[in-house]
Amino acid sequence: MGKNIFAAALVFVLLGVMVYAAFFIAPVDAKQGLIYRILYLHVSSAWTGLTAFLIGCIANLLYVWRRQPRWDWLGVAAVEVGLAFTTVVLVTGPIWAKPVWGIYWTWDARLTSTFVMWLLYISYLLLRTLIEEPDRRALLSALYGIFAFLDVPLVFGSIRWWRTQHPQPIVMGGPDSGMDPTMYKVLMFSWLAMLALMTLLLRQRYKLEAMRSDVEAMRHELEAA
Amino acid sequence: MTAPAFTPTGIRFEKIEKRYGGLYALRQVSLEIARGECVAFAGRNGSGKTTLLRIAARLVRPSRGSVMYMTSSGAAADSGARSGFVAHATMVYDELTAEENLLMFAKLQGIAEPGARAAALLEEVGLLERRNSLVRTFSRGMRQRMAIARALLNDPSLLLLDEPATGLDPEGIAWLANALRQMRWAERTILMSVHGESEISQIATRAVRLDAGSVVADTRGGSEMHAILTFAGA
Amino acid sequence: MALLADTTVLLGKELRTEFRSRELLTTTVVFILIVIVLFSFTFDPTSDESRRFGSGLLWLAFLFASSLMLQPCFLREQQNDTLSALRLAVDEPFAIFLAKLTANTVFLLLAELVLLPFFALMYNVPVLRVLHWLALVFFLGSLGISVVGTALSAVSAQARMRELLLPLLLLPLLTPILVASTEVTKGLLDREPFMQWKGVVILAVFDLVFLTALWLFSEYLLEE
Repeated sequence: MGKNIFAAALVFVLLGVMVYAAFFIAPVDAKQGLIYRILYLHVSSAWTGLTAFLIGCIANLLYVWRRQPRWDWLGVAAVEVGLAFTTVVLVTGPIWAKPVWGIYWTWDARLTSTFVMWLLYISYLLLRTLIEEPDRRALLSALYGIFAFLDVPLVFGSIRWWRTQHPQPIVMGGPDSGMDPTMYKVLMFSWLAMLALMTLLLRQRYKLEAMRSDVEAMRHELEAA
Repeated sequence: MTAPAFTPTGIRFEKIEKRYGGLYALRQVSLEIARGECVAFAGRNGSGKTTLLRIAARLVRPSRGSVMYMTSSGAAADSGARSGFVAHATMVYDELTAEENLLMFAKLQGIAEPGARAAALLEEVGLLERRNSLVRTFSRGMRQRMAIARALLNDPSLLLLDEPATGLDPEGIAWLANALRQMRWAERTILMSVHGESEISQIATRAVRLDAGSVVADTRGGSEMHAILTFAGA
Repeated sequence: MALLADTTVLLGKELRTEFRSRELLTTTVVFILIVIVLFSFTFDPTSDESRRFGSGLLWLAFLFASSLMLQPCFLREQQNDTLSALRLAVDEPFAIFLAKLTANTVFLLLAELVLLPFFALMYNVPVLRVLHWLALVFFLGSLGISVVGTALSAVSAQARMRELLLPLLLLPLLTPILVASTEVTKGLLDREPFMQWKGVVILAVFDLVFLTALWLFSEYLLEE
């Protein structure tokens, strides 16, 4: 219990520092003013979401190979947490775009790809609700999860190519448009803070899933008796 | 890399467990069945008979434990075994003719001269005149004969039958009983699940009763077999 | 080699079954036709507009049609539990998938080639001069759809609401196919047709990645 509180406090502190850094340490942007600072949340969430999905894919592979329920628990926890961060990306994108470009959605390559990725993993969760038997559900969703993760680079790659054919405004110049060193440091720190938050959320969701699994098993045994 | 296929003569279940979520379909089942035995599995619906047979057929993976297959030379292996499997479903294609079905399965199993083998089996099960008819047009009894023909394609020494008499009329049951008797005389090892006593179960040399996934009785011959097979609730 | 031999035998079965009834082919062709006609009401089909929107709606139509056409793939094997018979008879489970995805690619290609003249006529797009390139794109795109669709058909057959589930799982995964195929097709149907090899590469990579993934995981997709 003490460990949990300490961990949560640490994450809280990191997030606090991140917000402070985003507003006071990071340099000022002449053109865009205050709104650009949402970049630190937007980009770090994107990277964290992808990290979560990567963890999910590894968990899926481990489940298919070893068939231990804990990999299934980690898999679903990772996808849910990944979806949460991805949702933040999809929400902060338009919030940034509106004051800068005047429109909410520009069909920017990365944002569009993120949306497709979001749909992929929503389907993963939907698939799980439609299979009742736990082992079957774990195996089939793990296999779908692997396919989904394999698709992610293809989605990003194909949409980026498509966008080079039909250029549109890019939301957030992004890290590859040449970053000021201080901005870069703040961004890296933001990512660290987000990863800490991700780990905390993952642990909680994993434990919740472990408990749910136990309850389900007990319920089945009672029903059978 | 899959192990080379062989047809086993005996089978050994070692602490087989199968769980579906919280439900145990099979609990710690250990059985050894030697060459030439004909075992009848009795038990209520849901007692685990179908699961055990499907595990033996390698269609279902056990949650725990293993199945070993013995060859005629006495060696044991846990993979590559091809037994003959008959279920309540016919496991043949309605939209193909009887001959097309058997020809296809024969080719898949790498049987030499598949055409001749298919024809021979159709003859054996009495369906040769209907070789060019779609299986869709067959009666239940004829379909069951198709199922058995398919199972016998690679001349298996180990046969697994899951309630093979379901839906058969008395004539069909008599035919099946006769076919099983012939397999017994040919020293094939047979595992079959049955419902109560019948012409089919009388062929068995051994009866095993399953209840809630565990073996509760196991006997060879004699009056105890009758008791196992006709226990109230069978 | 056993895999190729088994695949050939099973492919024969898939093709023979379909050509006897032709139910998949006819329903797929009619469905694509309906979609193409309905789409035409959503924009003014002048020659330029058709060139811009035509390839997109063509590929969308293919995608929707395939998400319906691929449903019976494994469902029909449940009827008499023939899937178990196949699993018992073949050495490598991948043969079952390889045969089905090849058959599905063939069916899709046939449907697409039947519809191409209608599409060309209705939307006034010249296809003859780029026919061989179109064939390449159609092949790579349809292969990608079949590989993923056949794999997911095995998944959805084991779940509830399978009719809705397959499109739900399939369509987002096929985004790269839609994007790349549309772009390349658009280039080919342009006033001055040009070939976009990058798009073709994307399609080929997609096909290769998922074919490999399917090969690795076939056994598990069929597990009971």
